Amino acid sequence: MPVPKRKTSRSNTRSRRSQWKASAPNLVTCARCKEKRLAHTACPTCGTYAKRRVLDV
Amino acid sequence: MPTPTKGPRLGGGPAHERLMLANLATALFEHGRITTTEAKAKRLRPLAERLITFAKRGDLHARRRVLTVVRDKSVVHTLFTEIGPNYATRAGGYTRITKIGPRKGDNAPMAVIELVEPLAEQVVAEASAATRRAAKEAAAVPAAPAAPVEPTAAAVEASAPEADATEANATEANAAEVDSTGADDAEAPKDES
Repeated sequence: MPVPKRKTSRSNTRSRRSQWKASAPNLVTCARCKEKRLAHTACPTCGTYAKRRVLDV
Repeated sequence: MPTPTKGPRLGGGPAHERLMLANLATALFEHGRITTTEAKAKRLRPLAERLITFAKRGDLHARRRVLTVVRDKSVVHTLFTEIGPNYATRAGGYTRITKIGPRKGDNAPMAVIELVEPLAEQVVAEASAATRRAAKEAAAVPAAPAAPVEPTAAAVEASAPEADATEANATEANAAEVDSTGADDAEAPKDES
């Protein structure tokens, strides 16, 4: 089974990891309770989506 | 007919996916709404709606077709006696998927899939009555210029029934009756002359 010949340098490791990025969630303000929530998703605070009760909070 | 799914099946293989979707459909018809992952909800929707269409058809053949998916006879019974007749006036779109955000533990996007409420009878009647009224008005406007030519002689004898006709129009519009359309079409030109 083939294996790497050389140890990956600290520089190469860090260069590779420089591309690991987190993306910010797309938050919108809930019209009902004014809390932040994910877009196109039921509000976890008041449990509604499009004025319709979805979750029991 | 739903589009065949592309990409890998849910679970380990085609049989596993069939079993999971059958169980999800059974749970959906039993409870009315279930919480599951978005991917499963999206795969379940076409299957569940096809089963409800079978339930609306309601004959023995349709029942046997549904029984090949939903093995629980009591669930099939409720599907055919309650859920199917509820949606008699609704042409498709019997389920609603609402996203509820990622799950704790594996961050899987979750969703609630539920059977939508049956259409209110009054709303349907009002909508169809409104379309009938709009069609009638559209037909009455072109007929108006041609009307004064021929009923000059008829207008004299028709003047007495006109009063009754206008009253009848008001009551019929309130009731939104089907047979009022025929009567109104005959009376509309006379009113304008």
